[in-house]
Amino acid sequence: MNDLGLTLRQVRFTNKAFWRNPASAFFTFAFPLMFLVIFTSLLGSGKTEVAPGKEITQSTYYVASMAAFAVITACFTNVAISVTFNRDAGILKRTRGTPLPAWAYLAARVIHALIVSIILVVITVAFGAAFYHADIPSGVALMQFLAVLGVGAMSFAALGLALTSIIPNADASPPIVNAAILPLLFLSGTFFPITEHAPAWVRLVGRVFPVKHFTDAMLASFYGKPAFTFAWSDVLVIAVWGLVGLALASRFFSWEPRR
Amino acid sequence: MGEVAIRVEGLRKSYDDVEAVRGVDLEVQRGEVFALLGPNGAGKTTIVEILEGFRARSAGDVQVLGHDPAKHERDLRARIGIVLQSTGVDPYLTVRETVLLYSGYYPSPRDVDEVIEVVGLLEKRDTRVDKLSGGQQRRLDVAIALAGDPELLFLDEPTTGFDPGARRNAWQIVRNLTALGKTVLLTTHYMDEAQHLANTVAVIAKGEIVARGTPDTLGGRDIGTAVIRFRVSGAAGTPPLSLALTATDLGYELRTLEPTRALHELTGWAVERGVELEALEVARPTLEDVYLELTGGGEGRE
Repeated sequence: MNDLGLTLRQVRFTNKAFWRNPASAFFTFAFPLMFLVIFTSLLGSGKTEVAPGKEITQSTYYVASMAAFAVITACFTNVAISVTFNRDAGILKRTRGTPLPAWAYLAARVIHALIVSIILVVITVAFGAAFYHADIPSGVALMQFLAVLGVGAMSFAALGLALTSIIPNADASPPIVNAAILPLLFLSGTFFPITEHAPAWVRLVGRVFPVKHFTDAMLASFYGKPAFTFAWSDVLVIAVWGLVGLALASRFFSWEPRR
Repeated sequence: MGEVAIRVEGLRKSYDDVEAVRGVDLEVQRGEVFALLGPNGAGKTTIVEILEGFRARSAGDVQVLGHDPAKHERDLRARIGIVLQSTGVDPYLTVRETVLLYSGYYPSPRDVDEVIEVVGLLEKRDTRVDKLSGGQQRRLDVAIALAGDPELLFLDEPTTGFDPGARRNAWQIVRNLTALGKTVLLTTHYMDEAQHLANTVAVIAKGEIVARGTPDTLGGRDIGTAVIRFRVSGAAGTPPLSLALTATDLGYELRTLEPTRALHELTGWAVERGVELEALEVARPTLEDVYLELTGGGEGRE
């Protein structure tokens, strides 16, 4: 079997194990939908200002931002936590003793996260369209949407892999991963819009880290109307973060439990 | 391809200020079972993990199937099977799926069901890993190591925690492997395991090899002091031997480097007197005696 075949085979087995783990499968899928219901219920179905004078419907906003949240959960959070658990269980070390190339294992993780993301986004969007009359991207916007989804999912998965190298053990992984991502989600317009009125440091955080770029790009491609324009620069920033994650992961990734 | 599977010369490994392996030389021939026998903390696992490519050595030459394991070459990994001391597998896959997953990594794997049968997990093949007992998981470890049909198998304490029946089964698996011409490097702290399985035993203590040989000759067992024990009924009196006799609760005991001569003298005396030597036995020191003496009574801590 060639290396590509090996990688895809690895994806298949990763996928099989993923769906049989009730906790990870349930929470990965339940959280975004639960948050979507909560946010739209609390904040109503009015309009929300995303830029001076630019408004979109609240429900469309949350369908898109919860799709972004779903991707980040599936890629960053889920990959970092599950790889750390597998590392502590000795699964990674065992794999390292086989002829499977290290990159094939890591690539399989990233590809699997991408697949889960696509499923999640489809569910979130279908849910939003069915219950909240959210707009669904089409045409050019759909292409943009798929591009940002692909780049975003792989970049956040790479960052999740990189993060594992500073997580000492499996018990510490959920708090560390959440400490890394939750503040960014709040400061990046994922849970509620960040406007021009936000403090300068908040806007700076949004510009530097990839979460706001990702949320914005998802929103823009989703909304697909002149009010909120899609910027390829967002995708570029996300991709750069992804490459940094990849570089850090390939340099510092640990295959053995860190004790 | 030579006859030597593993060659180690002057191997050293230091962790910070602790020298865990202090100048080890080894040679493992193809087709043999080689046992590294020693107490916990003696350095067995460190040596094996260097040979497997998991650890870098501090000094020395190491060749495994003609490769330097430190280079972590894929070709070498395709030809070895590894049972680590403690490793996990994905709890959500079944036995068969797990073996199938790992066998797919190798260029010419063994038949999956055959491997599962070899380790005696055929009835459990559709059971999820998290439903297996500890001993069954250990057998699955062996199955995974066999999946790629390796030439050389590393078994790091393969039967620790097994009940006696499970250990016998594991030993049978290893014997079957040698029948197929595989080379096995085994670490263990069980004397009987080394005795039953190994062609060659190296005893390791505090990072050094303190003795090596076949299980029968190790530490001069075959030529060392013999112990002769016997009882005589009270009326017969004390055997007037030229050798030093010790009276014990159970009768008499004598230690000698010349058991033939001592026995001749003893039996001659008994026949002359018409006395029966009850419970007569001549014993060599057991492997355990030798081992405890060599390793300082099982000292050594991780």
